[in-house]
Amino acid sequence: MANKLIVTAAPHITGADTTRKIMGRVCIALLPTLFASIVIFGINSLILTAVTVIACVAFEYGYCKLMKREVPVDDLSAVVTGLLLAFNLPATLPWWMAIVGAFIAIVIVKQLFGGLGYNFANPAIVARIALAMGFASRMANYAFPPSGVDAFTSATPLAVAAMDASSSATAAAVEVGSEAYKALLLGTHGGVLGETCALTILLGGIYLIATKVISPTIPVTYLGTVAVLSLCAGQDPIYQLLSGGLMLGAFFMATDYVTSPTTRKGKLVFGIGLGIITCAIRFLGTMNEGVSFAILLMNLLVPYIEVLTRQDKLGIAKVKKGGAA
Amino acid sequence: MNKFFKRSALGAQVPHNKGTAGQQTKVMPLPSKIVLSMGQHIGAPAAPVVAKGDQVYVGSVVGKAAGFVSMDIHSGVSGIVDSITTITAPNGAPQTAVVIIPDGNQTVDPEIKPPVVTDLASLQNAVRASGLVGLGGAGFPAAVKLAPKNLDEIDTLVINGAECEPYITSDNRCMQEDTDYVIKGIQTIMKYLDIPKCVIGVEANKPDDINKLSEATKDMPIEVKSLPCKYPQGAEKVLIETCTGREVPFPGLPSDVGVIVMNVTSVAFIAKYLETGMPLTTKRLTVDGDIVKNPGNVEVIIGTPIQELLDFCGGLTDEPGKILYGGPMMGTCVASVEQPILKNNNAILAMSRKAAEPAKVTNCIHCGRCTNACPLGLSAKEIVRAYETKNVDLLVELNADLCMSCGTCSFVCPAKRPLAPSIALAKIMMKNGGKK
Repeated sequence: MANKLIVTAAPHITGADTTRKIMGRVCIALLPTLFASIVIFGINSLILTAVTVIACVAFEYGYCKLMKREVPVDDLSAVVTGLLLAFNLPATLPWWMAIVGAFIAIVIVKQLFGGLGYNFANPAIVARIALAMGFASRMANYAFPPSGVDAFTSATPLAVAAMDASSSATAAAVEVGSEAYKALLLGTHGGVLGETCALTILLGGIYLIATKVISPTIPVTYLGTVAVLSLCAGQDPIYQLLSGGLMLGAFFMATDYVTSPTTRKGKLVFGIGLGIITCAIRFLGTMNEGVSFAILLMNLLVPYIEVLTRQDKLGIAKVKKGGAA
Repeated sequence: MNKFFKRSALGAQVPHNKGTAGQQTKVMPLPSKIVLSMGQHIGAPAAPVVAKGDQVYVGSVVGKAAGFVSMDIHSGVSGIVDSITTITAPNGAPQTAVVIIPDGNQTVDPEIKPPVVTDLASLQNAVRASGLVGLGGAGFPAAVKLAPKNLDEIDTLVINGAECEPYITSDNRCMQEDTDYVIKGIQTIMKYLDIPKCVIGVEANKPDDINKLSEATKDMPIEVKSLPCKYPQGAEKVLIETCTGREVPFPGLPSDVGVIVMNVTSVAFIAKYLETGMPLTTKRLTVDGDIVKNPGNVEVIIGTPIQELLDFCGGLTDEPGKILYGGPMMGTCVASVEQPILKNNNAILAMSRKAAEPAKVTNCIHCGRCTNACPLGLSAKEIVRAYETKNVDLLVELNADLCMSCGTCSFVCPAKRPLAPSIALAKIMMKNGGKK
């Protein structure tokens, strides 16, 4: 036999999953919510999503070409960032602001730190926060359906709740009935593109869990903590769960691999931490939305959580634990 | 709560590809020559005791064990010693080998007779004389295994019939075709080592074997346990944990938790040897892969060149990319088809160029699949990063030396990173205290 045989170290086969397939599934999971946002806010949401996705991919491609790095656009991670970024923007946002957001997400948060796998925080979250700080009024200019494109400003349910709670003398929760739940589930209320329709987000989240892209630990502990703390604070837990960016954050942003812990113990700590910070901001702070800051803060703690929540190794006696923190 | 968060140990969902499971074992006729490597076991290589031109018979000792952890090598043919040469062992190191040209008569060595076994010492001597090594793949001398230091603390014999590697079905055929020998071998060991209990672990993808063994062991203190199909179920420590719930301490041996583990084919061989006295000179192995024309299980004389075995199986249908000793998860690549079959081989796999081409490696996305899959609870991505930054203290903290190179982390990695080989390098770095 003339040909040379390949000699490599074991194993000689690998699983069918690739980074690209995983990212592809995240994109699929986001599609129902994109569709819902088009129904709720009109065609402008599709255009805005297209703008952020194209901008993210273009920035990734351009930066890698400029730095003479291998272009990883085909792994679809920039597409996921683009989708998530759009979902964090109101449908009325000017396109150029969305492009600024894409620049912050891809170039500043992701590529400057080394590209995929090296970002310290979720790119879409940082971009959202940066835009919310820089263009506060435009970012809060929530379109209210069905007026869609020619939006008039409308407060989100959480903002309404916050106002009501402060104006009312009683500590009782905002009065919400089954009509309000229905509106929250279907997303027929003010808000950014991807966080109004809880139903489609849940659908996408279940798809991700079923296809083993994410484990349910983070969303379950995050939502569970918020529910419990809402009860303790005398708030309506269902209302708290369904409103704001909580569902989108819990299923799609907090579960970002790079910026969340890997072990089950770590995910548990991470989820509870997210819940506590979110509730603290919502109930005690002046802002009516806490999800993005909760995720950003917990992102920064991930390296420490990782070290403190390693798995027990088979046959290794537990030694000298404690003292570390 | 405890068990769930302790370690996920999800393992890998490897493809089974056990297409040869239902085929009766075929016996391969005499090869044109046999090449007997002197290093077919863990431990010191054997020393050749024959010279060029010597006449040898079936069962004759060709290489003598060089120490306690070592093994004799026997000829599987009668014929003339052609040469003493040097071949390349699977690990790439040079190894002495004896080449024998068969005379076709297959005359049995007159010294061969069934051993007389009356107590533990005579059983240990007999197993030592049989040349048996762990036939599951590790090649650990069986006689050493049967001589634990704390014999009175051993209460369970675990028999490994998991066969969790894809493609391989040789243990499965052993359980089907040699059921009686498997049970006789188990009974012999239980009797002379005074072990009260035995568990035979078989992966659930072999229901026929589970049924057959359960039927045959009905009134015995032998439990046949159906194991979940998750690679590496057959790894010694994992098997012990699944079968007995005990964790083998590290560093330590199964005997530290009162367990001896043996492979099904090994115990079946012990029973056969006690009946005939014929040492380990043949081996049943699975010949498979995407380019083997007639895949199947073949009983082959140890030392047969791989090329002749592949020819017996109808040859290859396409240009080979990789030829493996063993399964695709832990097997080693063969550099040349002239290499011989070794005692501890349980498969020869031929992969096409397309199947063998390594996948493109991309950035780690910290998905944590390696960590959650590791059967031992190690974090491959952290170990590899510590290796890349030459952080030996961290390697110690992460217990990199616990890794058994099962390849699960590499298999599940969506970025196709070669984690297992990197950890192997990390272990070397750790041993040398920081120098590569």
